[in-house]
Amino acid sequence: MAFGAFATATTAAEPVARRKSPIALLLLLPGLLYLGLFFLVPLFSLVITSLQQPDPVLFGQFENAFRWENYVTVLEQYWPQTIRAFGFAALATLFALLIGFPLAYFVGITLRRWPLLQALALVLVIAPFFISFLLRTIAWKQLFSDEGPIVGFLQALAILPGDAAITGSAFAVVFGLTYNFIPFMTLPIYTSLERLDLRYVEAGGDLYASPRSTFFRVTLPLAAPGIMSGTLLTFIPAAGDYVNASREFLGSTDTAMIGNVIEANFLVLQNFPAAAALSLVLMAAILILVSAYVKRSGTEDLL
Amino acid sequence: MSISAVPQSGFAEAGADLELVGITKRFPGFTAIEDLDLRIPAGSFFALLGPSGCGKTTTLRLIAGLEEPTAGRILIGGKDVTATKAFQRPVNTVFQSYALFPHMTIIENVAFGLKRRKMANADALAHEALRLVELDHVSSRKPSQLSGGQQQRVALARAIVNRPALLLLDEPLGALDLKLRRQMQIELKGIQDTVGLTFLHVTHDQEEAMTMADTVAVMNKGVIEQMGAPQELYELPRTAFVATFLGQSNIMSGQVVSATGSSMVVDVAGNRVEVPRDRASRHSGEVAIGVRPEKVTLHATEPARDSGRNMVGPGRITDVSFSGVSTQYEVSSPVFGLFTVFAQNTSISRMHRDGDQVWMTWDVGHTFGLADEPSELPAHRFDDDTDTSMIATQRREQLEAELEGA
Repeated sequence: MAFGAFATATTAAEPVARRKSPIALLLLLPGLLYLGLFFLVPLFSLVITSLQQPDPVLFGQFENAFRWENYVTVLEQYWPQTIRAFGFAALATLFALLIGFPLAYFVGITLRRWPLLQALALVLVIAPFFISFLLRTIAWKQLFSDEGPIVGFLQALAILPGDAAITGSAFAVVFGLTYNFIPFMTLPIYTSLERLDLRYVEAGGDLYASPRSTFFRVTLPLAAPGIMSGTLLTFIPAAGDYVNASREFLGSTDTAMIGNVIEANFLVLQNFPAAAALSLVLMAAILILVSAYVKRSGTEDLL
Repeated sequence: MSISAVPQSGFAEAGADLELVGITKRFPGFTAIEDLDLRIPAGSFFALLGPSGCGKTTTLRLIAGLEEPTAGRILIGGKDVTATKAFQRPVNTVFQSYALFPHMTIIENVAFGLKRRKMANADALAHEALRLVELDHVSSRKPSQLSGGQQQRVALARAIVNRPALLLLDEPLGALDLKLRRQMQIELKGIQDTVGLTFLHVTHDQEEAMTMADTVAVMNKGVIEQMGAPQELYELPRTAFVATFLGQSNIMSGQVVSATGSSMVVDVAGNRVEVPRDRASRHSGEVAIGVRPEKVTLHATEPARDSGRNMVGPGRITDVSFSGVSTQYEVSSPVFGLFTVFAQNTSISRMHRDGDQVWMTWDVGHTFGLADEPSELPAHRFDDDTDTSMIATQRREQLEAELEGA
C-alpha cells in the first residue's frame, strides 16, 4: 500500500506548486476509479451493514436501521479477542523487528562488498513468498504437532512436560505471525540500510563515538524510515490476521483474534452487522494507533 | 569571534606532532602506500598533494584510524596509536563529503564529539565554534537546509570544536565552486592561524596546497616524491613528476658535456644549457633538466650570447592562447621538442604570432636538474586518473586474467 511513502518522506519535500495538467488527472483516473469502486463503496456498504437490525419477519435477514448498539454489543462480547489481536500483533512486530533488523543489516551493510552474495541473500529473504503462506503455516503446524519433532525434542530434554502441546498456544500464534511477517519487516529496513552512507558511520567513529554509540546515534536513526515502514507493514496486517490464530492452523479457540471473530460472524454465524461493526472497530483502532505512531516517530526521527 | 574563548579540550596533546614510521598499506592485489616515513611538526599546516590514486587519502584514513596499516607505526604527540580505533584517537577529520549527520541539527552535529567525550559545556562550546565559522544563526537547522559552503564550514566547526591534536582535511573544498573555494582557503588558513592546531590537508589541487600549506609533500604511487615549502618545491622540483604536477615545466634531456665546481653544461640537441650544480641531482651522463614556462623569454631574432642566460632555438610557434594576464605560447622544434612559454602582458610589446620563428632564453639560475633517468620521463602530464579502488579492481582483473592464462 502507500506505506513506502513514509520511507521517502524524509527527503526534503518541495512544496512547489506545479501547474495542474489534464494529463496528470487522466493518469490518476484509473486509480481513483479503482479506489472508489473497491474501497469507498464497500466501506460505505460496511458502515450501513454495521448499523442494520434483524428483520422482524424473516429469520436470518437484516434490514437497514441505525442500530449503533451493535458496536456496544460486539465490544462487550469480543473485547478479549480485540485486545489479544493487538497484543499478538505488537509482539509479532517486536520479534520480527528483532530478527529482521540484524538480517537487513547483514544483507544491506555487511554483504555490500560482495554484490553477488548480497543479491543472493536478498532472494533468500524473499524466497518464502515462492510458496503460499498457507502451506508454510500448515507446515509449521506439522512441525509443532504433538507427535512432531520439536515437541518430542523439547520433551526429551524435559524442557516441556510430557502432556504439553505447542499448537493452539499463544506462543504458536505469535510465532506464526512473526514468521510470516519477517520479510515485510526486513525488506523496508534493508532498503534504508542499503543506501546508508557508511561515511556517516565513519564520521561517528571519528567524533569519538564507540561502535555501540555510533550504532544507536547514527545507524539506527538513519534506518528509522525503514523501521517505520516495516513495523507498519507488519503490525497492520498482523492485527487483522485470521489465518495463524485459527484452529485449522496454529491457534485454538483460546487464541482467537479479532480477525477470527469477524470471519466467524460473517461466514459461520452469518451475523453480518456484528461482523461489519467489528471490522470497522478494527479499522478505527488501527487508524488511531498508526496515526499516533506516525505522528510521534514522524516528528522526532524522520525529519 | 575569538577562538581563545574555546577552552582546551580533554586532550592534553592538542596540536601534537604526527609521525609515520615505515607505513605500508596493501589492498588485495596492490600496494597503496610503500614504506612511508613522514613527520609533521606540531602547529604546522601540512599539505599532502598528489593525483587521484597516489595513496594520499589512504594515508589520511590510516592516520584517522579508518584503515589499518599493513606495516609500520603511527605516532601522535610521541604516543603510538597504531593499535587504537578511530574513536580513541585525538584526531578529527573534515570529510570530503562533509558527512554531516542528516538527522541532527547543526548544533547537534557540532556538539556530537564533545558529548561523546562527556564534556559538561558541550552546547556552549559548539555555539562558540559555530560563531567562529559565522554560522551560529543556523544552529537549529538541518544540514540539508544549508548550502554547500555552509555545510563545509559546519563540518570544519564540528571537527575543530574538539580541539584535536591533529585535524585531517580530506579535500574538503573539492565540492565548492571556484570563488567559494578561494574564500574558504583564506578562511581555513585564518582559522588554523587562530587555533594553532596541526592541520594535515590532503588535496589534488596544487594551487590549494601551495596557497595554504607551510609544507607540501608531493605524493605519487604511494611514495613521497618531494617535500618542502611551496616556493621551494616550485622553484626547485627534484623529479619530473613534481616538476609537471606542481605547475608546468619544460623538460629537456641531454648529455653533460662539461662540469665545473659551481655549474655544469648540458648539450640539448646542440644547444648548450647551463645548470647550477646545486640545482641538479645528477651531474654526469644523460640527464633531464627543466625550466618553468614563465621564466622563459621569447625573442623574434637570435639574441646575442649572454653568459648568464641559457638559450635554445630557433623554434616555431604552434599555438598562442591569450588569457588576459598572460599569453601562453607553444613553441615546437624538431630538435628540442615542445616548449611552453608564459609571457606576462605587461608592456605593449608586440605579440608573437602563430608560425613565427622564435628563440628562447632564460636565467641560468632558473634551470633545474632532475633526478629521473631521462628514459623514464613520463610521457603524459598526469598519471592515469583513477582512484585507489579502481586501481585495485584493475590489478585484480589483471591478476585474474593472468591466472586464467596460466
